[in-house]
Order: sequence, then C-alpha cells, then structure tokens
Amino acid sequence: MNKILLSFLSLILVISCSKNISPVDSGLETQTFHFGNGSEPQGIDPHIVTGVPEHHLLIALCEGLTTSNPRGGESLAGAAESWNISDDGKIYTFALQKNGKWSNGDPVTAQDFVWSWKRVLTPSLGSQYPDMLYYVQGAQEYHSHDSSQGVAQPSFDTVGVKALDDYTLEVTLNNPTPFFLGLLSHYSTWPVHKETVLKHGSIDDRNGQWTRPGNFVCNGAFQLKSWELNSRIIVERNPMYWDANTVGLNEIHFYPVQNVMTEDRMFRAGQLHVTSTLPSQKCPVYIEEKNPDLRIDPYMGTYFYRLNTKHPVLQDPKVRRALAFSIDRKQLVNKVTKCGQIPAYSFTPPGSNGYEPDTSITFDPEYAKSLLKEAGYDEDNPFPELEILFNTNEDHRKIALAIQQMWQQNLGVQIKLVNQDWKVYLNREMIGDFEVSRAGWIGDYEDPNTFLDTLRPNRGNNKTGWANPEYDMLVEKANETQDQAKRYDLLNRAERILIDEMPIIPLYTYVRSYQLSPDVKGHYPNYLDHHHPKYIYLERD
Amino acid sequence: MLAIFIKRVFMAIPVLLAVATMTFFLIKLAPGGPFDAEKAVSPQVLKNLNAVYNLDASEWEQYTDYMTGVIQGDFGPSFKYPGRSVTEMIASGLPITFELAMYAILIALVIGVLSGVLAALKRNTMLDFIPMAIAMIGICVPTFLMGPLLVLIFGIQLELLPVAGWGQLSGDKILPSITLGFAYAAYIARLSRGGMLEVLNQDFIRTARAKGLTERMVVIKHAMQGGLIPVVSFLGPAIAGLLAGSFVVETIFQIPGLGRFYVEAALNRDYTMILGTTIFFSAMIVFFNLISDLASLWLNPRSRDV
Repeated sequence: MNKILLSFLSLILVISCSKNISPVDSGLETQTFHFGNGSEPQGIDPHIVTGVPEHHLLIALCEGLTTSNPRGGESLAGAAESWNISDDGKIYTFALQKNGKWSNGDPVTAQDFVWSWKRVLTPSLGSQYPDMLYYVQGAQEYHSHDSSQGVAQPSFDTVGVKALDDYTLEVTLNNPTPFFLGLLSHYSTWPVHKETVLKHGSIDDRNGQWTRPGNFVCNGAFQLKSWELNSRIIVERNPMYWDANTVGLNEIHFYPVQNVMTEDRMFRAGQLHVTSTLPSQKCPVYIEEKNPDLRIDPYMGTYFYRLNTKHPVLQDPKVRRALAFSIDRKQLVNKVTKCGQIPAYSFTPPGSNGYEPDTSITFDPEYAKSLLKEAGYDEDNPFPELEILFNTNEDHRKIALAIQQMWQQNLGVQIKLVNQDWKVYLNREMIGDFEVSRAGWIGDYEDPNTFLDTLRPNRGNNKTGWANPEYDMLVEKANETQDQAKRYDLLNRAERILIDEMPIIPLYTYVRSYQLSPDVKGHYPNYLDHHHPKYIYLERD
Repeated sequence: MLAIFIKRVFMAIPVLLAVATMTFFLIKLAPGGPFDAEKAVSPQVLKNLNAVYNLDASEWEQYTDYMTGVIQGDFGPSFKYPGRSVTEMIASGLPITFELAMYAILIALVIGVLSGVLAALKRNTMLDFIPMAIAMIGICVPTFLMGPLLVLIFGIQLELLPVAGWGQLSGDKILPSITLGFAYAAYIARLSRGGMLEVLNQDFIRTARAKGLTERMVVIKHAMQGGLIPVVSFLGPAIAGLLAGSFVVETIFQIPGLGRFYVEAALNRDYTMILGTTIFFSAMIVFFNLISDLASLWLNPRSRDV
C-alpha cells in the first residue's frame, strides 16, 4: 500500500514539476509588469477610495489636469497640455489636450472636469477627500451644505470652476495657494466619465457598478482588463490615450499581497517585479548582503509621537520638550529601525519641494532633566507614570520599547506600553483618550503645507488638542503668499513654534524600502513615491 | 432518517438567528468604526457616510433593516469595498476556499486513512511507529511553519513550484493543498488507527476470518466500515473548519478565498461583511455537522434506533 501512496505523490510532483518560466522572465517579452500592491484596493472610483494601493491603480487608469513628475519636483502636463496663472495667483486657466480621449474614444472636455468636481463636492456621495478642493472658491460652502436644515443646496455655479469652452477650464481659488498644481496630482481631483457613471447610477451613488471591468471608462494610459477579487487586477495599454506612444508596457498585473513575507518570497521566486514593501527584519540583512534588488528611497513621511496637550501633565510645554530632548534619534534609527531611516528634527521632512526647516532637537539629557525640574518635578514631586499608545505591530513595539528605555534612563520617567487593535487605537486617538501615541504622516503633495496644515486648530488630524493662534496665522498667511522664499520663511517660523511647543515629537523621516527587479526601467526614486507607469518599461541589461 | 433531517434543519433556524443577533450587537460594542482611518475624515464627511450606510438610524432600526435583507438573501453592501455587495464577495471567495478544502481533505484522507489503517494492522511494528510519529509531528507543526517551509524547499530552492497564487501559474495549487491537507492527515491517521484497532478486536472480525475470508476482504469489507466511523464524524466539522479556518494558508499562499475576507472584515469593522461571513460560516458548520451525523447513522446501524 505504501508503494501506491508513494507513486501517487510522485505522480503529482512529476506532473507539475517541469521547471516553470517565471512571470518576471516571461514579462520581458510581453512587457507585462508584475506589481506587488500591498492589499486589495477598495475600488477604483477616484472620488470615493482612499489609500496607496488604490493610488497605484488609479495612476495607471485615470489622469488629472497635471501628472506627477517621475523624477519628483514640478508637475507635468496631464489632461491639460498647459496652464496660465493670473498675476494675483488666484485664477488658473487650463488648456486641455486637444486629442485627450476617454478609453471609449469620447473626447475629454472641460465640462467633464466641472461635473467631476461637482461630484466630489456633492455631500451625499460621502467622498473622503473633498478638502483637496476646498482651496477652490465656494467649494467648501457647497460641500458643507446640510440638507436637513431645510436650506436649498447652493447652485454649483457659485463654485470657482468653469468650462470656458470644450478645452478651456478656469479655476478660481480663494487664495493664491502655490501648491495647487501639486494638489491636482491627487486622484480625488481626477475626472470621471459622466455618461458611464450616470449609466450605472446617480451622481452620488457610492455603490454604482461603473467601476467594473467592461463598464469602466477613464482617461489614463491604461484601461481595466480584469479584476479577480483578492487575487489579481490586470490593466492593459489604452490605445486612446493622448500620449500612447510614450507608454512602454502592454499590461500591468497588480497583486494584493498583504503578507510581507509572502510578497518577499514571490519576489525571490520571480513572480513579482516590484514589492510594495519589505519585511522590516529583512532590511538590515539585505543591506548587509548588499542585495542588488534592495531599494531605499527618500519618502515624504514622518514618524512621530503625538502628545495629548489636554492631559494635566502634558499641557506644560516644558514637559513636552523634556520628553523630546531626551530621545536619541540617531540611536533609534541605527539600532532599532535599521533600514536607512533619517532622524527627524522637524515635522516636515527636509527637502520637501526645496523647503529646509532650520529647527533642531538635540539629544541633551541634562537639558531635558532641567526642563522637567523647571516644570516642578523632582524627588519630592516625582513625575507620574505615562502611557504610550500604539497599534499592534512589532515595529511600533520595538520603537516604543526604545523610547520607554530612553525616558526611563534619561529622565527617570516610568512608561507603560499599551498596544491596541488598529481601530481601537484610532478611536482612542480621535476622542483624546491617550497620553502619548505613535503616529505617522505621509504627504499628499510635495509641499510643507501638507504637514503643517494638519496641526492647525480644528483640523481632524491634529488630535493633540494643541492650538496656537500665531502658528495658525503664519500657516494661513503663507498660503496667501506667492513668493516662494517668503512663503517658506513664514512656514519655517510656524515650524519653529511647533518645535518650541512640541505637541508632537518627530522621531524619524520615513524611507521607502522595497525590492525592484533590475529589468524595470523608468522607475526613479521620488519623494512622493509616485511612479507613473507610462514611463516604465522592461529590459534586461 | 428524513425525520431527523427535518428536525435538525428546523433546529438550525433559531441557532442562526441567535448568531446573527449576537454578532450584530457585539460588533457595535467594539470601539472604532468602519470609516476611522489614519487620515481622519471631517465630521461633515463622517455624517454623510453614516447617512449613506444608514448608520445614523437607531440600532433597532438598523437591526430590523438588516435582518429583513438577510431573509431575502441580501447581506448588504460592504463598507470597506464600495460598489461590492457582501453576497458577491462571499460568492467570489467560496468556490476557491471550497476547492482548496476539497484538495486538502482528499490529501488528508488518502494519506491519513492509508497510514492509519496500515499502522493498526501492523501494530507495534515500525510501520506503526513511523507513520504515527510523523502524524504527531503533523499535528504539532502549525501550517504557518509548514507552508513557508514547503515554499522554501519546492518554490525557492528547487524552483519546482510557484510560491503563491491560485490558478494563475501551473502547479500553484499543490503546495497550499499539501500544507492544509497534511495537518488534517495527521488527525485522520490517528483517528483511523484508533477506530481500526477497536474494530479489529471484535467478534465479527474473528468470525469473518474464521469463515476463511482473505485478510484484504476482512479489512476492506468488514473492519473499515466500522473502523472509520470516527473519521466520518470528524470530517463534518473538519470541512466546516477548513472553509472557515484556512485564513493562514490563504494568506501564506496569496489565495483569494473566504478566510481572508472573514478576518480582515473584523479588523476593518466592515459591519455587513462581518455579519455576512459569520452567518454564512455558522450555516456551514450546522450543515456539515448534520451531514456528518447522517453519514455516521448510515454507517452505524446501532445508533439509528437511538
């Protein structure tokens, strides 16, 4: 009987064990790019979804007025071939591509943009990024309309976006907003095909079927071919795209590989050209081994600790500064995170579109101790125990352990670590039920405003309870200033107030660590990690 | 048997109703909501979203609305994946999870029953000790270790099989099926050995041998029918468990089955998805337990009178 068993097993193995040609090898010939996309995208309606995997898909499928530069920096022409900015910086006039087409062949017109922005700002759609358009005149008022109050919805004519003719779009802003062009590379501002959306639902239908393969129409370099839930999404070259000659790839296969170890194994077995990330424990190993596929690129993101400034102990800025000055950031990145992260001494990562904050948070335990003493804590009045809140994750735990040790050693402060499920952690942060909590922020566009704006009072992402009128005034004034040098000066002053008062403690600047096959060309490091697939092609050296 | 069947089906209704009701109210107790995200949404947006998904109605109203839908076979829209209904997502994952479960159970049965029966027949010899030792290892080694181990050997070192995926590359179904099947093979081997040993000592086996039947006939025709009853009883819950519990294998091998939806729904607070999958899995467990009980009744005439 054992013989039967053995021959059965060997048969299974022999049938299937002819050596497979890996997808990465076969992709070279067919120009098929195999892309590790992290998790299953929520969808591909640019006005509804949020998240990075969704962005990877949408950047292939749809196109806004401008597109991200593959090497970072100034935005490039997208659906708009050129634009004019009025002298006061408030009126943007976009000339659309004359041969811009939707994937079904219809022309992309200025009216499409007006309708699409109307859709984003329709309250009942429940878009999560309407604030991207709040810089447009009348947009916030239109979106904030509450139908239950019995007041009629204002006409969309009150919003500063007009189609002057089929190919000219005029946008009027509240203030000059120098980063407005950068904002347009965010998918919430991208157009949708009105006829397709309306064919499968109404303007505010979140669950319309227009995003399904076969139904989906958009204006990007690729079009949707198939979508196997939780398995693979295939997009293929869109022949109608205005710049189709630039496009090198024929197909992109997106794999929602949530498990980082699985993704790493898929890359090693030649099933992926690029991974979404790297198992953190493998990063130092790959650095040591000088793995040629390892990429560590700069990334516009900051890892920081939020302090609850409404907490009786933490409401004293001296205490907050003491905590910040007793952290050895170099030690943290060299001994704990170990993947090329950069110690952070400002909230905004340095170099964001030429912005270089001049703040510093030196590691000075003596100064930190003296601050704590000034705040009234000594042997007779010991500092009470504090709690660090973080979401359950081994990397966050390691960092929290290191900070716990530094604070205990340098300040004699007792720290308790509390880890919570992701949603519980978010909820506790939101309702202010925390003392110190770990946080991260990734820029939406390449400008310091994407960071500094979040700490203005009444911003949902502030969460620290901190409000400083001067800071608020400086950030607002900076947004009204057209001269970039003057603007950065104002923002730098705001940044100094932030670091003086320390409602948040910056720890390190993120890096993007991942693996990339050497066959992939046209994939350059850039601060926002936006890699437009139209520039990517596959070639073996 | 028909009466038992009908009785059990009717008993399942209050069970499922209780499961649905308890789950509905329990998930509302968990802190955090489906729209909480690192980049917080403004109160205005949250209000709009709650209105879209009827979350601004009273809990009782939400419950009755939901249950009315469920009775009509509509599990509602997913909160996490706009544009997708829970029914559609279950329907997309179920055939894959089912296929994986079937391969696994097939592998488990072939390996488990063969080695179990052989061990019972060759009791206290190497043919007993070795398979049983391997079975013990199979029970002890978790799938999250077995899976990556097989991948490292067959996928990365020998480059014989794909390391992940389902139905995309030739041979990508082999490693996950073996990983999942092996753990169950171990249980089945031990159960069939135990069952066979008990039966082999009974009088009717001695009679069969006395009648001059060949050992093969004795084992296959007489001993196995009774000896494998524990395996049959185990199969019902095992299949139900495989359908609901292959999350680990699905994650390791990037398989788009139901298990991943089930676990991720809870983490995402995707209320309708949690409810839909919980109700569905409960129904599966009830159903397969019923099938396995009926099969045991059919195999074991003594229990039919009970």
